[in-house]
This record gives sequence, structure tokens and C-alpha cells, in this order.
Amino acid sequence: MLTAFDKRLLNIIQTYLPFESRPFAAIAARLGAEESFVIERLRFLKEQGFIRRIGPFFDSSKLGYIGTLVALEVEPCAIPQVAAVINSEYGVTHNYERDGILNLWFTLFSHNMSEQNEVLKKIGNLAGVVRLINLPATQKFKISVQFTL
Amino acid sequence: MLDELDKNIIAIMQDEFPLVPEPYRAIADKLGISEDELLIRLNKYSQSKKIRKMGAVLRHREVGYSANALCAWIVPDERICEVGELFAKVAVVTHCYARVAQPGWPYNFYTMLHANTREQCNVIAKNLAEQAGLQDYIMLFSTKEWKKNSMQYFMNNNK
Repeated sequence: MLTAFDKRLLNIIQTYLPFESRPFAAIAARLGAEESFVIERLRFLKEQGFIRRIGPFFDSSKLGYIGTLVALEVEPCAIPQVAAVINSEYGVTHNYERDGILNLWFTLFSHNMSEQNEVLKKIGNLAGVVRLINLPATQKFKISVQFTL
Repeated sequence: MLDELDKNIIAIMQDEFPLVPEPYRAIADKLGISEDELLIRLNKYSQSKKIRKMGAVLRHREVGYSANALCAWIVPDERICEVGELFAKVAVVTHCYARVAQPGWPYNFYTMLHANTREQCNVIAKNLAEQAGLQDYIMLFSTKEWKKNSMQYFMNNNK
């Protein structure tokens, strides 16, 4: 279970981890705690699976990548095979089965449009894929995964 | 433009962040550069918004947000900016994008919603719909996670 301290720590570190020599000391100062205790708790929270990742999160488009969201209608019995091929693509970061006719949804990052087209063509032609719908973003209003605990 | 060192830095920053007192020194050592040079470059990426966030991302199921719904909306083109700005202010909306609608699939606006239960997700979506005066939306609850990871940028630079 998360302690009250863990919750305060997680609330801070979701938005604050400075680019300076002793970043955990900076967090500790905000919490009125020791740097070593902050590091110890973070190791525990990472090991226990509460923290998925610590580090910088990059804006993929500013690094030259093209992202898109893709929805598939897949014959239910073919989902495991189709999902496995999708997962093997290096630029696929999320792949979820969802309720509804379009039952498999994934996000894809590519270096350029021709690479994206190639991957989508390959997946669209897999056995069991009835329909592929490409949903590229036209405007991004928010990407901010933060949970107040 | 990014040079090779930039790409090496960005690639190595996808690895586990060292949970030690001087993490940047540990990373700089691996890259064969000074800690100062690494910090200067990282600060530069932040200023140029190449880094949109520095910190931790939690596993939402583990911290009590076990229901997540992709909610797809039909928003009239002329209202997209207004609705985007309105929904972006809502804390439990973590992603909010306008997208191209497709033949047979008229939804042109997408939000990710997080809550403890599906019922709560439904209530959140209903409230958003009322606030924005929208009627047409569909809740796409996830039933199985096949893959979820962070993008490994410049993977070939991280050997």
C-alpha cells in the first residue's frame, strides 16, 4: 500500500524532476525529507510497479516522428495473431483490444509517411483483418498523464 | 537539427533512470561526456519543447485508476478548437486530439478518460458532453492490453 509520504512523493515527481546534479535532493527538500529516503522509496515504488517509467518524455513530432492512431476490425478468432504482428513493429507503443466493431486499436510512430504506409499496408493485409481505419491527428490539445493521489 | 550526440542522449534517456544521488553523472559517464554537457543539452531540449515532461509516469491501474476509456466524439469542424480547449482543462482527460474522420467512421475527436470504474468513466463523458453541448460520442473501453511501452527513439544510437 502507498503511504502518505509515497503519495506526496508521487504527486511531486509526476511533474518535477529537475535537470540538475542532485535532482532527488531537490525533491527531498520540497518534502522535508532526506535524499537517501526519497531514493529508497522511489526504488520500492518502481519495483512494486506503481511507477511505469522515470525520465524525460519527448514530443515525438519535434524529434521528426510521425504518429497516428489506427483502428482495426478483426475477426475475433484472429485477434491474437494480428496483435502479435502489430506488437512486433518497433513504432507501435500502445495496442489495445476494445469493445465495439473496431476491436483493436494501436498507436504507431514512423520516420516518414512511406514507412507508415508500408506498415499499415502490411497490417491491413493480414488474415482476419476486415477493415483498417487510419486516424491521424489534426490538432493536439492535451497529452498529460498525471494522477493526483 | 539534432546531431549524433543529441541522438545518443535521447536514445540513452529511454533506459531506466538511475535511482542514485547523481543520476546524470552516471548517464554522462556511459556516454563519455561530462555531466555539465549532458545537463546543458537536456535543458536545451526542454526549452525547445522537445521534452514535454520530465518526471515519472505511473501505472494507472496500480494507483487506483483501473478503468480507462477512449471516448470518440463527433464535433462540428468549426467547434473543434473551443471543445479541445474546454476538454483539455479536465484533469481526468489525459489525451485530447482532433483527428481525421473516415468513411463509415464519423468520429473526429478523441479523449482518453481515466477513473476507478466504467460507470465513473461514463459519468465523466456525460458531463463533458453536457458542458460542450455534444450528443454524438462513443465509449471504447479497453478489454485487453496487448502492448504498452514508451517509444524507443533513435534505437540504433543506443547500443
